[in-house]
Formats: sequence, C-alpha cells, structure tokens
Amino acid sequence: MQGHDAQSLESLSDEILQFVDAAITLDDLEVVRVNALGKKGQISLLMRKLGGMDGDTRKFAGQALNTVKDRVVLALETKQSALAQVALNEKLATESIDVTLPSRPDSDARLHPLSRAIEEVLAIFAEMGFRVAEGPDIESDYYNFTALNIPPEHPARQEHDTFYLPTDATGHRKVLRTHTSPVQIRTMEANDPPIRIIVPGRTYRSDHDSTHSPMFHQCEGLVIGDGIHMGHLKGCLIDFCRAFFGIEDLPVRFRPSYFPFTEPSAEVDIGCTRVGGGLKIGAGDDWLEILGSGMVNPRVLANCGYDPEKYQGFAFGMGIERIAMLKYGIPDLRTFYDSDLRWMRHYGFLPFDAPSIHAGLAGGAG
Amino acid sequence: MKFTRDWLFDHLKTDRSLEDILEALPMLGLEVESVVDRAAALVAFRVAEVLSAEPHSNANKLRVCMVSLGSGDPLQVVCGAPNARAGMKGVFAPVGTYVPGIDLNLKAGEIRGEVSNGMLCSEREMQLSDHHDGIIDLPADTPVGVSFAPYMGLDDPIIEIAITPNRADCLGVRGVARDLAAAGYGTLKHLDTTPCEGEFDSPVRWSLDLDGQDHLCPSITGIAFDNVDNTASPSWMARRLTAVGQRPISALVDITNYVMIDLGRPLHAYDIDKINGDKLCIRLAKDGEKFSGLNEKTYALTSDMLIIGDKDGVDDLAGVMGGERTSVSADTKRMFLEIAIFDPISVATTGRKLNLHSDARYRFERGLDATAPQLMAGHIARLVTSICGGKCSRPVQAGAGADWQRRIALSPKKLQQLTGIELSAERQQQILELLGFIVVPVGVDWLVTPPSWRGDIDGSADLVEEIARIHGFNHLPVTALPRAQAVSQPVVNAAQLRPLRLRRALAERGLMEAVTFSFLAPKEAGLFGGGDASLTLVNPISAELSVMRPSALPNLLRAAVRNQDRGEADSAMFEVGPIFLGVNPADQRTACAGMRHGHTAPRDWHNQRRVVDVFDAKADAEAALNVLGVRRTSLVVDAPAPNYFHPGRSGVLMQGRTKLASFGELHPNIAAHFGLRDAVVGFELYLDDVPLAKSKGSARSLLKMSAFQSVHRDFAFVLDSDINASDLLRAVKSAAGPLLSDIRLFDVYQGKGVAFGTKSLAITITLTPQKATLTDDEIDTISSAVVARAGKTCGATLRG
Repeated sequence: MQGHDAQSLESLSDEILQFVDAAITLDDLEVVRVNALGKKGQISLLMRKLGGMDGDTRKFAGQALNTVKDRVVLALETKQSALAQVALNEKLATESIDVTLPSRPDSDARLHPLSRAIEEVLAIFAEMGFRVAEGPDIESDYYNFTALNIPPEHPARQEHDTFYLPTDATGHRKVLRTHTSPVQIRTMEANDPPIRIIVPGRTYRSDHDSTHSPMFHQCEGLVIGDGIHMGHLKGCLIDFCRAFFGIEDLPVRFRPSYFPFTEPSAEVDIGCTRVGGGLKIGAGDDWLEILGSGMVNPRVLANCGYDPEKYQGFAFGMGIERIAMLKYGIPDLRTFYDSDLRWMRHYGFLPFDAPSIHAGLAGGAG
Repeated sequence: MKFTRDWLFDHLKTDRSLEDILEALPMLGLEVESVVDRAAALVAFRVAEVLSAEPHSNANKLRVCMVSLGSGDPLQVVCGAPNARAGMKGVFAPVGTYVPGIDLNLKAGEIRGEVSNGMLCSEREMQLSDHHDGIIDLPADTPVGVSFAPYMGLDDPIIEIAITPNRADCLGVRGVARDLAAAGYGTLKHLDTTPCEGEFDSPVRWSLDLDGQDHLCPSITGIAFDNVDNTASPSWMARRLTAVGQRPISALVDITNYVMIDLGRPLHAYDIDKINGDKLCIRLAKDGEKFSGLNEKTYALTSDMLIIGDKDGVDDLAGVMGGERTSVSADTKRMFLEIAIFDPISVATTGRKLNLHSDARYRFERGLDATAPQLMAGHIARLVTSICGGKCSRPVQAGAGADWQRRIALSPKKLQQLTGIELSAERQQQILELLGFIVVPVGVDWLVTPPSWRGDIDGSADLVEEIARIHGFNHLPVTALPRAQAVSQPVVNAAQLRPLRLRRALAERGLMEAVTFSFLAPKEAGLFGGGDASLTLVNPISAELSVMRPSALPNLLRAAVRNQDRGEADSAMFEVGPIFLGVNPADQRTACAGMRHGHTAPRDWHNQRRVVDVFDAKADAEAALNVLGVRRTSLVVDAPAPNYFHPGRSGVLMQGRTKLASFGELHPNIAAHFGLRDAVVGFELYLDDVPLAKSKGSARSLLKMSAFQSVHRDFAFVLDSDINASDLLRAVKSAAGPLLSDIRLFDVYQGKGVAFGTKSLAITITLTPQKATLTDDEIDTISSAVVARAGKTCGATLRG
C-alpha cells in the first residue's frame, strides 16, 4: 500500500523533522504540528488507513507508523520548549525595571533602652530563682521611710529630696517613692520566707540637672532565706554584674557604706578604665559605683513581723538608667525621657529581639 | 569632709604613703571624693628678691625690676603691680611657666621696649585667693631662691571624703585617723584630755530652763577666758582652714572652726562683755522671738526651737548657728566658750524649719561624742590660751549628762552567720577594741559597749559590720545563691508578662516606645480628666511637672510636638506605664497609650503613604487587646469615647459591658492646645481592666479542616447612612449561620448611583461546609436568608 512502505515512511519522517527544525516561531511550529498530527495531518491520515488493513500487515505497519509518530511528537515538544524559552526571554527583556530604586519603607520602631535593660536584668535574676514584685509609685511615709528604719528626722531622709503630695484630712501626706525599697516591706508583710524578689519600677526625687532626673528607674532585690549571708550577696551581685555586662572577668568590688535599711551595707563598684573622657567597663585601673546593697537591717525585719533572730537576708538596689547608660553607651541621662525619634531609632532595640539567657543578652544591631 | 595630709598625720603616726592611705579609705567606708595637690601646679614658682624697681620710661604704671633668685645673674622683669619695690621678697615665675590664674604660658618678650623675663605674681595669678591688689609681699626673712609652694606649706595635699550619715565620728580628722589605725595603717596619737585647770570662777553660768524636756540638752560645758588677744590666728591654722575652704577670720573664730574639723566638735564663742547678765539660759524660744544669726540674717523662731539666751534675747540657736549680738569680735577680751550636746532631732527640726544649714547643724544632727563637754574642755582651753594668751576659768556645767552607755550582746559566731567571714574571736575583739569599743566576755559570748562617739551603733549587726569593715570586705566569701531547681522558672507571672508582650506587639506595628514622666502640667492634666489637688505635688520641680498624670496620652502628644519642632512631623509612639486616678495604691493603673501624627510613612516614590486616621488608632487598640488575649471578634464598638477625642470620630471598644479601650482622632481643641499641625489619632487602655485570659494549658484546641470546597458570595447593600456598618455585619453573620467561616466588608460607597442619605456597603462571605460540598440550592437559601435579615434589621436592600 502506497506510503506505507518503510522507505516512504522514513522520508516522511525526515521531511517533518526538517520542518520542525526550520520553525523559528511557536506559530511556525504549530503549523508543522497541524500538518503532521492534526486531523488532516499526514501522520493522522496514515493512521486512519491502518483500519483498512488486516492481520500482520496492520500490525507491522502500525508499529512502523507509531515509531515515526513518537519521533515527531518528541521533536515537536523539544522544539516547542526551546521556542517558548526564547519567546519568554524576549518578553523578559522588555520588562526590566530599575531595581536600584529604593524598596518600600519599613517600620523603624524600637523598644526603649529602659525596657530592654529591665528585661535583661529580669532574665539574669530569673536564672537565680527571683520573681518580680511590684508596688505603688505614690507611697505612704511609712513604707517609703519609717518601716525602712528612716525615722522622720533622720539625716538620710533629707538626702532623698522627696516629692510630697498634699496632707489629707487625716493629717497624712503621701510621697512619690524615692526608691523601690518600699516593695521590700510590702512583700515581707504579705509573704513568709523564703523570699527572692526583683522589683523594677519608677522612682522620684526632686532633683533636675544633667545627672539627675525627677523621675528615674530603680531595680530592687530582696533575698530572705535559711543561712543566706553576705557571701551570697557578693556571689549573687558578682554573677549579675558579669552576666549583665557580658564580661567574664569583670572585677567587682564591695565597699563598706551605709543605708538605714541594711546592716552591714556595701556599695558595689565594677572595674573600668577612663581614657580621655571615655569610659570602658572591664578590668582596668579605676572603679565605678553601680549598686547599693547590704544585709537586711534587723529593725526592718522586725517592722515586717519577721523574727530577726530567726531570719536574715540581703537586699540591693540599682539605677536602671545608670546601668543602661554604661552598657549601651548612652551619654546623657535626660535624653531617656525626651522621646526624640532620632535618639529612639539610634539607641532603641528591635521588638523581636528579646533578651534571654539561652540566646544571650548582647542584643543585635539594627 | 575636707582635711589635709599633714592634718591627718597630726593624729595618725604612720609610715604608710598617702597613696596607701587613699586606697585604704574607701575600703573602710570613707569614700575619697578628691585629692588636690596645690603644689603640683606651682613647682616652678620660687621666692625672689627685688633688687631694684625703676619707673618704666614709656609707661607710667609699669616698673622695670631686677630680680634675684639667689644664684645666677639677676633677671629683668617688667611689673605692673603698685607695690613692687626694691628690697621686697616676692614670688617669681620664670619664662616657660604655666600661670594658672591667667591660663597662660609665660614667654620672654618686650613690654614697651623693655625686656621682661618672667613674672612677679599675685595670689590670684597663682590661684591661691582672689587677692589682686598687688604682687605677693613675703616677710623679709624669707629665704631667696627656695621653691615657693613647699615653703608656704602648700605641698600638703587636700583630701575630701564623703561621710555617710552614720559616721558622725568621721566628721573630725581624728575619727578618720582612728579608723585607719584600727585597720593597721598606723597608730592613733595620744590626745591630751587632762581636765581644764581653771584659775577663776566663770562670770557666766548656765541656767537650764527646759520644763521637763531636759533631754534637749543633756550636757553643756562653758569656760570663760579672760584677757585674750583675738588677733589673726597662727599661719599654720589659717593655712589649714584655707585649705579646707574655711576663711580665716580671727583667732577665736578660727579656733572654733578648727576644733570642729579636727575633732568633729562644734563650739560657740560668746563675748562676755556683750552678754546682758551673768546667766545664759537654755530654753525653748518664744513664738515669734527674733534671732539674728552670724550669717547676718534674722529669723522668727517658734516655741519648739531650742535656744540659748540672755536677758536681751537669743544668743545662740542651739546646735544650728551662733547669734550675731553676743559674738566675738576683734576687740573681744573676755570670751565664754560653749561645748554642748543637744538633741539631734531638735537640731534637725529647727534647721529644717528655718532652712538654715551649717557645718555645726550637720554634725549635731548626726550625733556627737557624748563625753566631749567633759573630756575635751581641757584640750580646747589649752588651745585657746596657747594662741590667744589670757587665762581660763574653772568650767561651768549643766545637764544630767548624756545617756550614751549601752551594752550589746554579741557572739563571735555572729560574724560568720551574717557575713560568711571566718575570723578568730581574738582578732574580732582586737578590732572592736582598736575602734574604742569595750568588750566584756560573758561565757563564750561578749557584752560590747560602744565608745561615746559611736551613737550609730544599734545592735549586733552594727558590731559585725565594724569587724567586717576593718577586716576588709575583700574577705567576704563569694557564694553562689543556691538554686531550688536546675531549670529556672519564669520571673514574671501572667499579669506581669502582659506589658512585655504589649510593648513588642506595638513596636512591631511601627509605634516607637517612649518613656515619659509620671507628671505633667496642670492644664494638660485637666484636659485629660485629671488635675485634682490631691494629686498635685506640694514641691514640684516646675509647674510643667506638678500633677500626677491621669493618662499617658498628653505626654506622648507633648513628645510629638517636640519632634515636630525638630522637623519630624510624622511620629508614632506608645508608652506602657502608670497613671494615677487617686493617691491610694488601688488608684494607680497600668495604662497603655499610643498616638500617631501626620503620615503613616515617610515620603517615598511608591506613593503608598497616607494621612493617619481613626482606623489606625482603632487597629492599634485592637492589636493591643489581641495581645492581651481579647479576640477581635468579641469586641463591640460603642460611643462615646472620652471628650479629648473627636466626638464623631472616636469610639470605645467593649467586651460585653466592660470598656477595654478608647480610640479616635484627638479633638481639634486638644491638637490646637499642643500645637500639633497634622492629623493626630490615639488610643488608650488600662491593662488592669482587661481580664486575664484563663489558662487553658499549652495544648491548642483540635483544628478541624474541611475537606470540602469553600464558596464565596458577595453582596452590595444599600442602607441609610446612619446605620452602623457593625449592625449590618452582625445581621449578615447571624443569618449566614454555622457555615460562615469568614466575613469581610470590602467596599463603602456614597455618591453617584446611590441615593442621597444612603450608602452602599459591599460584603463578602465565605461559607465552608463540613459534611458535603454545598449545592446551589443550599447556597441560594443562605444568600436569601442574608438578604432578608439585612433588610429586616438594617433596612438594607441589594444594590440594583
């Protein structure tokens, strides 16, 4: 039967493949496909003729024809893919834009360094088994002073530069707490030992200059428990200072001092170096005071209903602004409360960047 | 407390260097504030003799001097001082010297044609005083050529230490020396306390008239001096007083000041010839009684103030300040000296009431050596007669004597218990005794009597501190706090965690975290519903910081204005912090406030920024509540918000009947008050009002995800403009029934094609079947129900 001999099939195949090869657009290729495989295509017509054959003839002719068809289909697909790629590349070439243009602006919001510093402090004291305790900013004279062994005419009271609220009908006048220490009293009144609390909060003193702000933040600590002595105070605060400043060999010095609510009392200094107005924390030739501390005064324990013969412990307090300024290199105290956007962008912290012990307290850039 | 090195060494015998001592002081609790070596700056200044002083040929007021330094050729110096003369001894600074008083390095030069090779100096030029009347004119016997500073005793460094309120004993040089001696830095020199051998009876005596309040003056001693010469004090005393900042006045006044610093013992000197009568009465003042102090000010006293007076009135405000009328002067011949103990609280109260500060008050209110009126009288009397001549009387005394002796039980084990320091009982006892404590063994324990100068020692903890301090805090062991669990627990509870999460969430939303003051101006407190007198500080720093804030918003708005004034009009800030509705602890709330001003973003080529509006504030408030565990879907907007918001562009987010947050555009009057020029919106919530989410454990509820396709249907409703969108949404939601998985309002339209007084709201709903794919009939049924309900409850019709 004409056209079904092996030779003519071969030449048909070659002819179609030449057309495939010659196609330079997808449209050209479609014409080739229709001519070969479309309803009236050359291969389709031959396929249709197979029905009129019988037996082995149909079998051999069918196999030969399918081989040719497969070869043509493969060639068409390969060519189709190549041409599609070329067409896409041409389209992409027309679509280019100036990608050096700036991207859409992102939020530059930051968390305040004070929040950050407080969270770092909390992360460290969490490791040492502390819990956060809180108290009111407007305090009674009793909690702010008397219960802390600072009676009315005590010289230490004059040094506190207290803000007063008006005297009420009962003759009492409240104060803005001058330190976070009243929370020691409130906690001991409400709880039995053992106690381990850390108290971040706002504090107030009527002083306003380059190194004093009428409002500032303190963080108080109180530990009451069996056999807690001043060596624990020393261990606890050395651990804190080294963790907070991230300096393993940071020298920490304890110096006798005086606070009415602790006895013995100690100021805590850390090592530093001062070079030309700059300050570097770490082993050096100078000291920097950062903390007040001591063993809770027996009178304070008694004021809270604890038996001083039975219980002892330590307390400490530090200025959050001060340790934040030292750690983050912030030079001016007053800028903390000014809400200057430039300052907040520069000294603030990324919101997702939560300080933790497992990930470290260094804080990322950004 | 200031003193000089040599002054300290008057009391401390030591071979330790000043550097050693400066390192020891802070470790004893005596913080060194400064050390000034005046000689260091004056090394080049030498004593010179002016050989000749001839008038300058070209300048009337200048002289050309030839100056000799003893060796080498005389130098020519041009000098402008009126007192320059041949034969005088002065202070010469050669070329190359830095002269601190004029901040200049001297150079060789010519002054109006005459060579000048240095400078003859005044006290001011050397920063020794303000004297500038002429050059320094030294005594004729001053050796020429010697270095000036050491010769004048200026090579005695001045040390300033901070004294904590408990260490009144170290408000005298001797107390500092005693601490150093106890710590092994030398030995305390003997002080001659032989009693005063008076030669006559005092013409003045004390009269205690305290009407049962004798504790106000437990002990007072007086010594009369006859025929004293109150000229200038000796140069060593004047020099030391000058060094510590006390101006030398006259011998008698200088002696009282010197003893105050030397022994921490304030004194008062009366001129006997100015006292009316033979009696000084120790009594309480009369109300309104006048007192003229040595500071040349007059005070009206009240009847709770302790004074000493004669027939003419008040002569001494006890422990605070001496009186002008009977004070000593240059021609005083007969002097009466007061050595007293007054009640510290009385002194402090009087001083505070009159706002009168003095070195004496500072010491009296911290507590003085209780035995000084008896034991120091002899030493002080001898000091007076050795300097001023004359003779002294037998002392006169009054008062029952200060009750200072007390015994404190102490176990040698207490040191280890309280501090962890291990130290032998012998060494502990030795330290206490070096500090003047008397230790009496009682079995294995002790009874300890503090010395008369340590009124601060209150109990065994104070004794432990003394031992630990002298032994050295560097011996404190370093003991890690024991841990109850290997794994640490959260440091915050559920309520305390909320501000932390809130801050992160709001910062993530683009709000900058601010920390502003807890107080503000009365006007602004008033605008935000506060300003009550009970919350107004009695003694504010300034009126702008005088009232406890009723809201954190005004301070944020104030901050926005500051940023606007700096050129950053667009701002978005929040604060989490306290607000105050009253003075009681329960009236303090933790508030969260946020504001946005201007545009949502900086100018940018993408052109996507817009002016902030009420929905920014609403979204902030919803996000904040969401972080606190309140689901958006449980919130309903209700009006009215507080009156500092725009009445028509604000709302309150309610959960049930609880108001959780307010939000809105700030009222134009508020924006105008602050001077904010652009659109400004804000929100505010009280954390305490938001109920704590009930803990349901860490496991989430089981998620059921439908295997069947969701379908979406859109509706465009037309309804009256007055109807709230939330009403329509609620109607659609309830009509759509349980298959509703999402509902969104995606278009609001008013204008052409929609009748005046109506609006078009377009809503899309998503229906998600759980059991089988929805059929067209089922969808149509739901759609019809939605349309019917919207029509019934909101009068809404489908837009044609």
